[in-house]
Amino acid sequence: MSTFIQTVIVGLRLGSVYALIALGYTMVYGIIRLINFAHGDFIMVGGYTIIFTVPLALALGLPAWAAVLAAIAVCALVGMGTEIIAYRPVRKKGTNMSALITAIAMSLFLENLAQAIPAIGPNPKVADQMFTAGGFRIGSVTFEYTTVITIVISAVIMVVLYMFTQKTRLGRAMRCVSEDKAAATLMGINVNHTIILTFAIGSALAAVAALMYMAQYPRIYTTLGSDLGIKAFVSAVLGGIGIIPGAVLGGFVVGLFESFTTSYISSSLSDAVVFLILIVVLLLKPAGIMGKNVGEKV
Amino acid sequence: MLEIKDLNVFYGAIHALKGISLTVEEGELVSLIGANGAGKTTTLHAISGLIPSAPGSVVSLDGADLRKTPANKIISMGLAHVPEGRHVFARMTVEENLRMGAYILRDQKQIASGLELVYTHFPRLKERRRQLAGTLSGGEQQMLATGRALMTEPKILLMDEPSMGLSPLLVKEIFAIIETLHKSGITILLVEQNAKMALAVADRAYVLETGKISMSGSAKELAEDDRVRKAYLGA
Repeated sequence: MSTFIQTVIVGLRLGSVYALIALGYTMVYGIIRLINFAHGDFIMVGGYTIIFTVPLALALGLPAWAAVLAAIAVCALVGMGTEIIAYRPVRKKGTNMSALITAIAMSLFLENLAQAIPAIGPNPKVADQMFTAGGFRIGSVTFEYTTVITIVISAVIMVVLYMFTQKTRLGRAMRCVSEDKAAATLMGINVNHTIILTFAIGSALAAVAALMYMAQYPRIYTTLGSDLGIKAFVSAVLGGIGIIPGAVLGGFVVGLFESFTTSYISSSLSDAVVFLILIVVLLLKPAGIMGKNVGEKV
Repeated sequence: MLEIKDLNVFYGAIHALKGISLTVEEGELVSLIGANGAGKTTTLHAISGLIPSAPGSVVSLDGADLRKTPANKIISMGLAHVPEGRHVFARMTVEENLRMGAYILRDQKQIASGLELVYTHFPRLKERRRQLAGTLSGGEQQMLATGRALMTEPKILLMDEPSMGLSPLLVKEIFAIIETLHKSGITILLVEQNAKMALAVADRAYVLETGKISMSGSAKELAEDDRVRKAYLGA
């Protein structure tokens, strides 16, 4: 029984990291119908920013995790920059295909750029301890602080994000732009600003995900983002890409399956099982668990 | 109030609007009729800035140059556009859609009075205010799109094919609403393929043929004109 509960907890922890990343994929897809392949690499950018700013945080007398604030700022800037410099011009002139290729190119560019920076280089780096080590026990189940913090913070962020999209003026503007850009423009919404805001939020979430990931696995390398990104992307598709609660659900489904496969079958099969689930779900529900397979009324 | 002079629009090499001029005075209901592909929707899109017009074109509202105004600022100038095909936000409720119509307003009192105005004109929307817009019928969606455009109490309303895809009964209902709006003092530029209805409610009208205004005059004159009767009224 304690193995089962432990497995669920690990699944929730993995799931909350995937969900945070999947939100970035799904929000950008929702608003410009683009799979932002560079999104995974924003996690890498966030990870290195954290590594480099932890000493600063400690020098200021702050806890190590405060470095995430710098990562949030850097990731948001990189995300907005990617949209303004790379995606928007291509979207204006080209097709969906050219935008997609640009996204892949941005991903490779960020990875190679990171390797080319001497302070980063090709070898993995090890991060400091992010949160208080250790944990507490309830019965025979151990709760690591890192795990609890990861799950709680992710949950809070997801609720706040959901409230933001539902209840605030900017959040509503985002939903309008994702549904219908021409109508949004006629309402007085600045579509380009709204898209940039979406990139900023999605990329900031990637920075938080980087912190959560590093708190557990403190080794980071330049292709970390694409490895993590692919599972988060699977989560977004699984839940129904473009749908915010779908990304969260997909993240937890992937996290739990991965955790259970690792505990009860074999850790080397965990990725295979995740993709198997994806294939099965897409065969049964091509638009994802929460997606609707209906064409929109024109 | 609205003055269009020598409006030219190109889609790549295609010269879609070839120097259109038209005016709409305060309180008027002006119809722009014409066949499919004549450039009616293009005209409205060029007015509200959704597509660019060629240099030299004049689009002005009460003397303000709308061509210099970005598309998302047009509504702040007092021009609201009800697009062809309604374009309601399907995944939002009726009331959320209406509130989006008042996106540029910050004053809650103004928004509340806008809602009240819309609900007076469209009691059906009030009944359905918690329903998702995507689940409304075509006629109700047209009411919603119109109501949404009224939220800011604009100086002028552009309406693009409000009768499209509606049953004859609903077409009558929509036109009755347009007449009511007109009588309440709202200035309207109406684009319609249903020339008969469009001429019946309008003060004046323009006929658009392959990107050019071919005829204009009072709606009554045009409705009695032989060419218009043959080409557009099926007489």
